[in-house]
Parts: sequence; structure tokens; C-alpha cells
Amino acid sequence: MATLHTRSVARAMMAPSVLLLLAWMAVPLAMTLYFSFVRYNLLMPGSLEWIGFLNYSFFLTDPAFGTALVNTLRLVGGVLLITVVGGTFLAILLDQPFFGQGIVRILTIAPFFVMPTVSALVWKNMLMHPVYGLFAWLARTFGLQPLDWLASVPLFSVTLIVAWQWLPFATLILLTALQSLDEEQKEAAQMDGARAPSLFFYIVLPHLARAITVVVLIETIFLLSVFAEILVTTNGGPGYDSTNLTYLVYAQALLQFDVGGASAGGIVAVILANIVAIFLVRLIGKNLET
Amino acid sequence: MARAVSTRRMLVLTAIGWTIGLVLFFPIVWTILTSFKTEGEAIASPPSFLFFNWTLENYAEVQSRSNYLKHVMNSVVISLGSTALALAIAIPAAWAMAFSPTRHTKDVLMWMLSTKMLPPVGVLIPIYLMFRDTGLLDTRLGLVIVMTLINLPIVVWMLYTYFKEIPADILEAARMDGASLRNEILFVLAPMAVPGIASTVLLNIILAWNEAFWTLNLTAANAAPLTAFIASYSSPEGLFWAKLSAASTLAIAPILIMGWFSQKQLVRGLTFGAVK
Repeated sequence: MATLHTRSVARAMMAPSVLLLLAWMAVPLAMTLYFSFVRYNLLMPGSLEWIGFLNYSFFLTDPAFGTALVNTLRLVGGVLLITVVGGTFLAILLDQPFFGQGIVRILTIAPFFVMPTVSALVWKNMLMHPVYGLFAWLARTFGLQPLDWLASVPLFSVTLIVAWQWLPFATLILLTALQSLDEEQKEAAQMDGARAPSLFFYIVLPHLARAITVVVLIETIFLLSVFAEILVTTNGGPGYDSTNLTYLVYAQALLQFDVGGASAGGIVAVILANIVAIFLVRLIGKNLET
Repeated sequence: MARAVSTRRMLVLTAIGWTIGLVLFFPIVWTILTSFKTEGEAIASPPSFLFFNWTLENYAEVQSRSNYLKHVMNSVVISLGSTALALAIAIPAAWAMAFSPTRHTKDVLMWMLSTKMLPPVGVLIPIYLMFRDTGLLDTRLGLVIVMTLINLPIVVWMLYTYFKEIPADILEAARMDGASLRNEILFVLAPMAVPGIASTVLLNIILAWNEAFWTLNLTAANAAPLTAFIASYSSPEGLFWAKLSAASTLAIAPILIMGWFSQKQLVRGLTFGAVK
């Protein structure tokens, strides 16, 4: 049925989306790539001088880069651990019937809809403040020394805040996947005398494997770019203790005005994200065929 | 006997479920409660949970201290504007891909998806410089453009998966019955497409409303939406927790309500149909 005419109409209908996205992605990315090979500081206007890989060698040998890379991986890893384990548990819990189950699901999912700057500031002040925060009060109530969360364990604190925001996402997706589990299969296993742990490890977990992979990949894409939470809580500090790659590039560009160095950092971030993206695209592409 | 056991099980599950639910929701409740306290009560130790002098003064002061409504309007304009623009661009594309797919359709979809995976720092500097040179920095228009483009892949994908579910046979049937193309679109396709479009709109507004990388980097006093405005409360001088809470409560309330209505769509939209 697809005549030549309808095909060209279809192409015209797709053109705006494709061209805009191409411009949005290709043009700035090419510019970043170009900037990463020139000496370009906003405070020193003048001609851009080609300096080859110098920006990269400066960026990659800067101790701050090593710290930021490790922080990025620890942040992503920590949040993934909390959200996947917690999300699996919560999804299984919310899949059981109990009183007010619908309301509990709504309460659990709510943090995902709180804007990042609000959640970061609420946690920073009202919960984690070393003197007036609720955690400090709880600690004192139990006779413990209150912890200055963002000063003494900055990266862990940011991890907690971000995990709180993303736990609902993991829960929601795993719950959706769980609800497609064949009840009869579960009942058959129970009839055969399978106990809860073996039911979990041999039936529920394999069924969730795909959804867990999706959660891990999608969260990783977003978590590599955590920014607002760091900006409003710690500003990457103390020192570089809570600086991740995204924040380091931002600081290099918009605080130190070193466009060349920041661009090299941006390209490194793109490469890192691409490694994850390849797996995700494959997984989703496979799904598209079925 | 079995019944008794299941009732007890149900009660235990109820206790566990509610405890976890309330703990996770607590920071939000705490924010709402604090917004009705005086600044003194907000930092009182031991904290007062319910028995304090409830006051609305923070809500009044949030507006008088800085033009809060302006930032609300910025958020509204940016999220609604970018959603409308993204829909206008994406509907034809998704429609074409769903109803007259070619052998490249899948590749185009995957490529669009991959643009969503580009980390924003990879393009931050050129965008910032271009915006600076064209006067788009700190303007609503600039953010509408950025927000449209970063959410376009998700919008195309979501619409595509919804349009895909409209059976093509029904078009044949309408044509057989002598419907004109106009009537076909208006009375047959549109009613079936509306729920999908509505879900897409809902999710996109949520994403645009809460987006905090571009808003923080590309706006200052003028065009700052609520995400960027709230960040200004992070300045260390003085403790304004009650006012921060009032501003935060107003900023998250509409999206919280919309979010609860869009749980299912969220899964579809954010997993690109990989989990249904």
C-alpha cells in the first residue's frame, strides 16, 4: 500500500523531528569537540590556538579528574545498589494485597515527582543540618553525637538524597514487571512445595531480570549527569570530595571560564555515557523487534 | 485456618507497608508542615510535629520577598510551551512511523533514543555560548527551545508506542464505509489517539517542570523557573526554612498530583516501551 506518494509524505512528516534533533545533537557536539582541541579561555579573548591533545592531557592528569571519576562511579554504584535492592523489595511488597495498598504505593512513588533542587535543599537543611536537622535531633535523643552529614560524609549524603529520588522509579518499573508475572506459574510452584526463598530466586528474580537491567541502564544514564543535587548541597566540596564528572566540567567552564579544558572533560563524559548507552540501545532495540 | 493465617499475614504486611511508605514520604510531609511554622519553630529542638501555631505568613512572605509568581509563571510557560511545541513536531513524525513504517523506521527511532543519552555537559558549553551571543540566555524562549529538544525523543517514542496500538484495520473499515480522509482523522483516529497524547503531555510537563540542569545553567533572575529559583535558597546567610518550605510546597504540589495520575505512563515513557 505504501506508494511513492505516501512515502514522501511520511518523510516530510518526520523531517522536522529528525532535523531538529540532528542540529541539537550534532552541531553543539562538533563544537565541543573542536573547543577541546584549542586554547580557549573566556577571560582571555583572542584567536583560538590549536593545541592538539593538550587540554585532554591537562584534564586527565589533573588529580581532580581522578577524584571526580571515582566519585561518579561511587555515586552511580551506590544509588543503583540502594534503588535496585530496595526497589525489588518494595515492588514485591506492593504486589501483595494489604489494607491501604493503593495509598502506600502513592506515598512511595511521591519522591520521584519532587524537583531535584527542592529535595536537595530539604534534605540538606531540615534533615541533615548538624544542629537543627531532624537527624541531629534523633541522634541526640538516642544519646549519639550528631553527624555533620554534608561536611563529613558529603558523597554518601548526596548518594542518599539521589537514592531517595530514584527509589520510586525502580519500584514502579519492577512493580509493573512483577504484575505481568504469570500467577499460575507461581501457584504451581507453591503447590509443588516451593518455599518463599526458592520462589523468589527461581521464579520471581529471573522474571525481573530484564526489568532490573532496564532500571540499571536508564538510571545510569541519568545518574552520570547528577548536577543540581551537588550544586545546592555541597558545591562539590569539601575540596573535591563530592565533585562528579558533570560538576567538574561545569566548574571548569562556568566558574573558571576554561572552555578548552571543560570541553575535553565534556567529551570524556560523552564517551563514558556512550559505553552504557550501547548496551541500553541494544536491549531496547531487541524489544522493538518482538 | 487458612483464613486466619492470611488475615494475620495481611496485618503484618499492612504494618510493614505503611511504615515504609510513611518513612519515604516523610521528607515531603515535613516540608509541608514546616511551611506552616514560624522560622523559630522551624528550627526548634525538639521539633514540634503537629502542635505549633499554624501560620500562613510564610506563603505571604515568599511572594513579597521576591516575585514568586513570576517564577511560577516562568515554570508554567516553559513546561507548557515546550510541551506544546514538542507535540506539534512529534505527532506527525510518530504518526508517519506508526502508520507507514519503512525499513529505516526502527533505525530512526533508535537514533532518536540515543540522542537522549548524550550527557548534557557534552553540549553545555556551545549551547551556553550560542545563547549568550544570540541573547537567549536567561529568557523563557531560550528555555522553551532547550526543553522542547531534550524531551522530543521521549515524546516521539511515547506517541509512537501509543499510535502503534491503534489497529490499522479500523481505517480500512472507515474507508469502506465511505468516510472522507477528514472524517477518518476527525472521528476515527483522533478519539483513539487522544488518551495516548494526553499521557504524553502529562509526562512531558512533569519532566519539563522538574528539569534542573539547563534551568540552573541558562537562567538568572529573569527567566528562572521554580527549580532555579528554589536553588537560590541554598545561600548560607540565615536560616529561612519555613519560607523555603512554603516555596517548595507550592512548587511541588501541582506535579505531585499530576504524577500520581501518570504512574503507568511514566513507566512507558521512561523505559521507551522496554517494560510494559
